[in-house]
Amino acid sequence: MTDTSRIRNFSIIAHIDHGKSTLADRILERTGAIAARDMREQVLDSMDLERERGITIKAQAVRLHYTSPRTGEEYILNLIDTPGHVDFSYEVSRSLAACEGAILLVDAAQGVEAQTLANAYLAIEGGLEVIPVLNKLDLPAADPERVALEVAVVLGGDPGEVMRVSAKTGEGIDALLEAIVDRLPPPAPAGDGTLRALVFDSYYDIYRGVVCYVRVTDGVVATGDPLRFMATGEDLPAEEVGVLTPKAVPVASLSAGEVGYLITGVKEVERIKVGDTVTRRDRPAKQMLPGYREPKPMVFSGLFPTDGDEFERLREALERLRLNDAALVYEPETSRALGFGFRCGFLGLLHMEIVRERLEREYGLELVTTAPSVAFRVRLSGGEIREVRSPQDLPESIERIEISEPMMRVMILTPTEYTGTVMELLQEHRGVMSSMNYLSKERIELVYRVPLAEIVFGFFDQLKSRTRGYGSLDYEVDGYAVSDLVRVDILLNELPVDAFSAIVHKDKAYLYGRKLVDRLRELIPRQLFDVPIQAAIGSRIIARETVKAKRKDVLAKCYGGDVTRKRKLLEKQKEGKRRMKMLGSVEVPQEAFIAVLRVDED
Amino acid sequence: MRTDRPDNPAVVDAAAELVAAYVHVPFCRRLCPYCDFAVQVGGDTDRYVTALLAEIASAEPFSRPLDAVFVGGGTPTSLPPRRLAEVVEQLASRFGLAPGAEVSIEANPEDVDAGVAAGLRTAGFNRISLGVQSLDSSVLRSLGRSHGPEEAVAALGVARRIFPSVNADLIFGTPGDATWIESVRGVLASDVDHLSVYALTVERGTALSRAVAAGAAAPDPDEQADCYQAATAAAEAAGLVRYETSNFARPGRACVYNLITWAQGEYAAFGNGAHRHRDGERSWNIRRVDRYEERVFAGESPVSGREHLTGWNREVERVLLGLRRAAGVPAGSAGSALLASPAGERLVAAGVIAADGDRVRVTRPLLGDEVARELLALEPIEC
Repeated sequence: MTDTSRIRNFSIIAHIDHGKSTLADRILERTGAIAARDMREQVLDSMDLERERGITIKAQAVRLHYTSPRTGEEYILNLIDTPGHVDFSYEVSRSLAACEGAILLVDAAQGVEAQTLANAYLAIEGGLEVIPVLNKLDLPAADPERVALEVAVVLGGDPGEVMRVSAKTGEGIDALLEAIVDRLPPPAPAGDGTLRALVFDSYYDIYRGVVCYVRVTDGVVATGDPLRFMATGEDLPAEEVGVLTPKAVPVASLSAGEVGYLITGVKEVERIKVGDTVTRRDRPAKQMLPGYREPKPMVFSGLFPTDGDEFERLREALERLRLNDAALVYEPETSRALGFGFRCGFLGLLHMEIVRERLEREYGLELVTTAPSVAFRVRLSGGEIREVRSPQDLPESIERIEISEPMMRVMILTPTEYTGTVMELLQEHRGVMSSMNYLSKERIELVYRVPLAEIVFGFFDQLKSRTRGYGSLDYEVDGYAVSDLVRVDILLNELPVDAFSAIVHKDKAYLYGRKLVDRLRELIPRQLFDVPIQAAIGSRIIARETVKAKRKDVLAKCYGGDVTRKRKLLEKQKEGKRRMKMLGSVEVPQEAFIAVLRVDED
Repeated sequence: MRTDRPDNPAVVDAAAELVAAYVHVPFCRRLCPYCDFAVQVGGDTDRYVTALLAEIASAEPFSRPLDAVFVGGGTPTSLPPRRLAEVVEQLASRFGLAPGAEVSIEANPEDVDAGVAAGLRTAGFNRISLGVQSLDSSVLRSLGRSHGPEEAVAALGVARRIFPSVNADLIFGTPGDATWIESVRGVLASDVDHLSVYALTVERGTALSRAVAAGAAAPDPDEQADCYQAATAAAEAAGLVRYETSNFARPGRACVYNLITWAQGEYAAFGNGAHRHRDGERSWNIRRVDRYEERVFAGESPVSGREHLTGWNREVERVLLGLRRAAGVPAGSAGSALLASPAGERLVAAGVIAADGDRVRVTRPLLGDEVARELLALEPIEC
């Protein structure tokens, strides 16, 4: 058993791209966990996709040995990597719950951003000791004085206590390691010795099944122990416990204050819930560790293979993705327009993007994605509440009393010069202001309550463009609110196209229908006959356009005997035709479906 | 129905057994902005003719004499009639010329006066195709043509007096062309035997495509449809019959070389960039004039590419080509498969194609490519 006074459990928290992974690498390198020359850049971001996006999907915990050059004391540092950009902060909060301290890393050129704030608040609420650190001192644009002041405002401390490093050059890293052992507290003393360990993350390994990352709070967990997962009620054996160095190394046991991994042999990722508490089956703890929440999908979208024959492959791909993504939910869905596919639920937009990209990239699937929707709650005449995840499932207006929609608490940080335009943007998206705080003379925090449905299409891009890239955003689930919502349907050649339907606010229905009809008129190629495109609420048509029948589609020119070229040209055009979907007798290009997603942007 | 009408199935199907030779002359006084043929401004015409004569001399004759010769370009009249005569003679001696064979040459109106016309006639040509393009001076200017309307009308008159068979080419759908139908009527009034109407087409790599990319008006397909329909009505009123998408002729005056092309018939070809179809293989010569000449003089083949279609692909090509004709094409396996397919049923319902006995025809020629793409998208079947 390790002396807990020599343990430091900490995370690095930062806004995206503020250099968290580079700092982690530097710390690993300095503590000898990994030789500089062997180091694959940024080892903590292991998935290719993460490397490309510069974000981290799965947190990991690495055990590091550190000897203070000043005192000669030996320490164990457990560096717990938090997800860098998540839809909702629950995942981050679980990782932080495994720590006593956090390094709040801020880009010395960019300054404090929305996620810096959101993460700092999470750490403070979680009772963590926070070491503020400015990164990227090597950048010519670095302005450490200004940013240190901003940080001091957030944390309520002294700007002089803000440390300064360059993770890139290694400058300041030694001092930071000393500060970690000096300023961060060791794990709190254990309770009565009854095992309690927090599952702060999990990962699916094809050989070992679900690997849990755990922080032991009380007692000891040893290989072979009979365990109980308190939230799910699962009783499972501890097949193996170990630590990551960052290689997985089995150990005999993990004691209070320690961080490591736990393998139970479970193969189904949904049987292990992040945030759950592990105890002993034979001597169970009375109370779970606080803060557990059931993961809940918030955004829904239909995924359909472009080629109907690929349905089975899509099912297999989803099954495999779900193996290490318990938050992904899906059920078969049939669309008249798109055939067989799946209605998928995601934690949020980022999650949706990642899943779609993985399906396309790792599984080579070509997908049509329908407009993202949220889970509406519909109160029916009988008083019953029904959750509606797809516009198709919305009961007829006479059957329902009211519709509620999920709300978000949206925090935006922006330079003050953009305050007006950001407030306008939020108003356009039915936002209601909760508060407004000046962080400094130049930066302001705006907090709004906004329907989730309003931020699922391109909201982040709009914020970025209105603030010239300086605005940043974080959001948190904030209950439901009753709203005046209607379903807008799109009819193509008199037939409704289910994939194009959307539930929108009544005041926006006309504009939505108009935009969609205009966009479709541009995107749907001329056919052999006139194609009317209509937007309707119930039986009322609110917008109409017509794609006129095409009259000339022939190459009427002199060939000079060159028949081959003409045929090749036609063959190329034919390939374009293959990518069309037949909706009734109308050929619709894939882009039309994607355009629906973008109808809110311009 | 007159049996020699060019939309008579018997006439057009028979062309499959005929053979032709195409000769390319790449030289032009200037380049037209829409043209993407293998052409160049100026050059050593004597050297080129020498190469042509050598290439013809080494060609394999067909099993029958030529039914048609077509000298096109470029501007064939950039060669003196005397040299053109040598080319025709060379073809005649190498391949033989069938009695009454069509010997056709393209010419620009500004090059054709009574003297030149007589020279060409003496050289052996019995059909002339004039690149009139328009009878509107502003349209001619925007097409980059050197001639004016008066020159065109004069050349048509000269040609009519000297040649048994006269064609005029017209281009429709030039942005800003407000007098299209006047051009059609003007040409018909000159008593032409044959009329070709081509849609102005923006081809990649041309000056026109650069101009359009830079914001110049592009041809509008709906306006082109109007032009085409007006031209069809005017030509038919004048006694010309549409026999191919872009071509109209009096009975007995269809272009034989043209008919052979659309009947998937065989033709030899000579000169830079020229395309031939022989023994079931399509091949084409190298495009650059200097390289073409070098190869021929070195005794090497000037062929730069080949395509040999067999089985289903060749059958599809047959129908693809045959559907360009007003008479349609014997349905065969590809035409029947098209008619039986869901796409074919849609096309029939929309009045774009029709079954006609054992034939299939395109009844709305302006939508021909729509049909062609569906044909190419069919699942292959053994044949």
